[in-house]
Amino acid sequence: MGHAIAFYVISAFVLGFAMLVITTKNTVHAVLFLVLNFLAVAALYVLLTAQFLAVIQVLVYAGGIVVLYLFVVMLVNLKRQPEDHSSPQRRPWLGFALSAVVLAQLGAILVWGGYGTPADPHTMQNSDLAVNNVERIGMLLYTDYLIPFEVASMLLLVAMVGAIILAKREL
Amino acid sequence: MIDTYVIPLIKILFVLNATLIGVTYMVLLERKVIAWVQVRLGPMRVGPHGILQPIADAVKLILKEDITPTRADKWVFTAAPIIVMVPALITFAVIPFGPTVHMFGRDIPLYITDVNVGLLYIVSVASIGVYGIILGGWASNSKFPLLASLRASAQLISYEVAVTMTLVSLIMTAGSLSMVKIVESQYNANLWFIFVQPVAFVLFFIGGLAETNRAPFDMAEAEQELTGGFHTEYSGMRFALFFLAEYANMIVVSAVATTLFLGGWLAPFPNVDWLNFLGVVPGWIWFLLKTFVFLYVFLWVRATLPRYRYDQLMRLGWKVLIPVAIANVIATGIVKVLL
Repeated sequence: MGHAIAFYVISAFVLGFAMLVITTKNTVHAVLFLVLNFLAVAALYVLLTAQFLAVIQVLVYAGGIVVLYLFVVMLVNLKRQPEDHSSPQRRPWLGFALSAVVLAQLGAILVWGGYGTPADPHTMQNSDLAVNNVERIGMLLYTDYLIPFEVASMLLLVAMVGAIILAKREL
Repeated sequence: MIDTYVIPLIKILFVLNATLIGVTYMVLLERKVIAWVQVRLGPMRVGPHGILQPIADAVKLILKEDITPTRADKWVFTAAPIIVMVPALITFAVIPFGPTVHMFGRDIPLYITDVNVGLLYIVSVASIGVYGIILGGWASNSKFPLLASLRASAQLISYEVAVTMTLVSLIMTAGSLSMVKIVESQYNANLWFIFVQPVAFVLFFIGGLAETNRAPFDMAEAEQELTGGFHTEYSGMRFALFFLAEYANMIVVSAVATTLFLGGWLAPFPNVDWLNFLGVVPGWIWFLLKTFVFLYVFLWVRATLPRYRYDQLMRLGWKVLIPVAIANVIATGIVKVLL
C-alpha cells in the first residue's frame, strides 16, 4: 500500500517536472527542472530496488551531463524571443501525429508486452537482487551483455575523439 | 516499529546536530590554528580563549540584513545556498561512525544506514553540490560571482573525475561499495588500506582539497582577483550557509578518507596481539580522532601553502592526477589477478 502511494507521488513529480521543463520560458529554470526530474526518476529506481541504477542516474545525468547543459545555456545568449508561431516551417499536426504514434507504441507495449504480474515489493527488498545489486549488474555486464557493453564504450570513445577533432582545428 | 522508525530518526537528529555544531567549531578551530601558525592569538574576547566565538558569529549573521541584489533571479538566488548545504549534510547517512554496539538492551549500529552502493552514493550526492555554486554565481547578476562560479564548477568537475577514478582502485581492493564492508575488509586484511593503496590515498587527499575548494585550490574565492568569489553578493545567513557547507564538506571528505584508508572505527593494527590494549578505547572515538587528524591537516595546508594559479590547477588535475589514477587502477588490477 505504502509502496503504491510512493510510486504515484513520485510519478506525479516526474511528470510535473517534465511539464515544467518544456513550458518554462527561462532556459536556466528549464535546466533546473530537468535536474529535479532526473532526481525523481532516481527515486523511482530506488523504489524498484535498483539502487545502483538510481545512484548512477544521479551521478551521470543529474550531476554530470546537466551541469554541462547548464554551462552551455548560461554562456550562450538565449534571451532572443521565440519565433513567431505562424511561420510556415512549423507543422503542428506533424508533431501531434508523431506523439500519437509514440503514445500508441507505449500503450501497445503495456497491453501486449507480456509482462507478468509485478514482484511483491516486500519480498523484493530482501531478495538477492536487492542485497547484491552491484555485483549482479557487474556479472551481467561482463558475461551476457559483454558485447553490447563494449560496443557502447567504443561508441563513446569515437564520439570523444570526434568532439576533440571538431573543437581543435589544428592538432 | 521502534527499530524501523524511532531509532533511525534519533540517529539522524543526533548526527545532524553534531555535524552542525562541529562545523561551527571548525570555523573557530581554523581561525585559532592559522593564528598560531602566524604567531598570533586568534579570537580571544568572547568567552575564555574565544570559545564562544561561533555562537556570537551565528547571532551576528542571523541578525544581519539579508540583501537580494536587484534584477537577481530571486528563486535561484535563494535556492543556491540550500542546494550547497543539503548534499553536504545527507552524505552523513552512509558514514559508519562505529560498529554495532549493545545499548539500552538493543543492538544499535553506529551508522544511519548501510546501503550496498554507499561510496557511489557519496560521490553522486557530492556531484549535486556543484549546482549551488554555479547557480549562486549566475543568479547574483554580477560579473565577479559569475566568473568565480564558472571557475569553481570547472574545477569541481575536473577533480571529480580524478577522485572517482582513484576510488575505483580502492573499491577493487576492498571488493565492495558498502562503507561498512570496506571497513570490515580492512579488518580482515589486518591492514589499513593506506598501506595497500598509498598512491590512491595521496590522490584522494589532493582531490579532496580541490573538491572542497580549500587552499591551495581555493580558486573560487581568490579575493585578490574576484572580490570574494561566487558568494560576493550574498549576505547574512545565506552567506553563512555557503560557508558552513564548505566546512561540512571538509568533515565529509575527512570522514570518508578515514573510512576508506585509515580503517574507520578500527584501532591501529587491530590484529596485532600486543596492541590489544588499544581496543579499550571505543571505535567511535578512534573514528573521530582520525577524522580530526585529517581536518587539522586541512587547516595546516591552508596556513602553509600559497594558492595555485588557475592554469596550474587545471594542468595538475587533467595531466597528472587523472593519468596517475588510471595507471593506479590498471596496476591494482594486475596485482589482483597475479595474487
